[in-house]
Amino acid sequence: MTLLRGRGYASVNYPTGMNLGGDPSQALIHATTMGGFVISLSSVDLGQGLKTVVAQCAAETLGMPMENVIVDTADTDTGPHCMGTFASRGTHRIGNAVIMAAREAREVMLAVAADELEVDAGDLETDGTGFVRLKGSPATEIHIQDITLAAHFKQGKTISGRGIFLKERNYPVPETGEMDPDSCQAHACTVAEVEVDDETGIVTVLSLHNAYEIGRALNPAMAAQQVEGGGWMGVSHAVFESTEPYYPASRDHGPVDFCEYLMPGPAEIPVQSSVILERPASNGPFGAKGIGEMTANAPIPAIANAIFDACGVRLTTMPFTPESILRGLDALRA
Amino acid sequence: MRIVNLKVNGVGKTFIARPETTLLLALREQLGLTGAKRGCAQGACGSCTVLLEGEPVVSCLVPAVTVDGADIATVEGLADGPALSHVQQAFLDGFATQCGFCTPGMIMSAEALLDRNPDPTRDEVNEAISGNVCRCTGYEPIVSAILDAAVRRREGAKL
Repeated sequence: MTLLRGRGYASVNYPTGMNLGGDPSQALIHATTMGGFVISLSSVDLGQGLKTVVAQCAAETLGMPMENVIVDTADTDTGPHCMGTFASRGTHRIGNAVIMAAREAREVMLAVAADELEVDAGDLETDGTGFVRLKGSPATEIHIQDITLAAHFKQGKTISGRGIFLKERNYPVPETGEMDPDSCQAHACTVAEVEVDDETGIVTVLSLHNAYEIGRALNPAMAAQQVEGGGWMGVSHAVFESTEPYYPASRDHGPVDFCEYLMPGPAEIPVQSSVILERPASNGPFGAKGIGEMTANAPIPAIANAIFDACGVRLTTMPFTPESILRGLDALRA
Repeated sequence: MRIVNLKVNGVGKTFIARPETTLLLALREQLGLTGAKRGCAQGACGSCTVLLEGEPVVSCLVPAVTVDGADIATVEGLADGPALSHVQQAFLDGFATQCGFCTPGMIMSAEALLDRNPDPTRDEVNEAISGNVCRCTGYEPIVSAILDAAVRRREGAKL
């Protein structure tokens, strides 16, 4: 028995969003009487952190603290339209829509504040802690709670805003095939180190080293977590998750639970290191591109290349099971 | 149908259980404690983990009538007012949650581990949470948070 070590790398260019019939998402924002800003969306946060990121976008644009932002991902019957949280589009599309809505709401907020302070709205600024104040004369200030109360009960205004981001439908040029299928592209590279047991055929992924260029990382901690969680999924796709031996020969007796459909547990995870590179996209919310699905992409071919480097077996079908390794080794020896 | 008495997070609770009522179902639907999650409902994912007499169990496989009189600890009982337990605070500080569905089970498995082994190795942590499935984080932040919580608990105990 020999443990063979190998290294491989792979890179990925990943388009943000899609372009079938156009790719829009909408956002609405309105202020409560208590100085909160409610963002209404139909977009779903299923753990990827969308609520956090859009709250950051709104807070930054409004000039208000994060605590003043309430994200309501209501439902698709009653909320503003969203194509959905897929295709790594959430941060880019919905973030842009929220920024547009927050800009409009900010204008009304400043206009209401200007009336209360008896100054010109153009001379006002936000301080980020909840106050709107006169530039150069910070003592002339009014808190957001007083602004919203004045808007609701005195001036008769709604502090609100509408936002949409639309990636317009784009048709290919028939002669050349040229088209504009996406709004921006993120790039990444992963280096994988593996150990292949030439007796059992078991592949152990020892480490993943990731470099991601994702525009601006709006929330660096969540971006890093996305990279490493996605890296785990890549390992899982590459060497664990299999519907064998039943599917596709028979669909009747496939794996039915986590005992038969294996995924790596905490003892099987590789060491990971990740670097985030930031080259802001001109059309992204504060420069952000999408980082979602791509995080599970590069690890898989990187692991395949590392297996080839370790033992000379070139595998093109996932997952890279012990059986496929051993058959590959037999073929090399024949 | 039987009347079942439990001590849940130190408080006596009484409810009526059918033979097929699981501990998980009783906690969630009869006692209103929705921290333990119903994931696979067959004992394979660990998201319903609670402590039964201090030992972690998958509450989806425990018939409630079989644990009459038992002491149950759920994630709701860990915090003391606004003060989180060391494990909870370490999860928060270490960014060890993503979608959050596995988190209550992970935390209860970790509490049980640290109760019986205050200074676990990384391998021992891996083993302790090997019955808890996480699909988001890749486990590393969770394992690190539990090791961090062990340090906090030991240092807290010294004070």
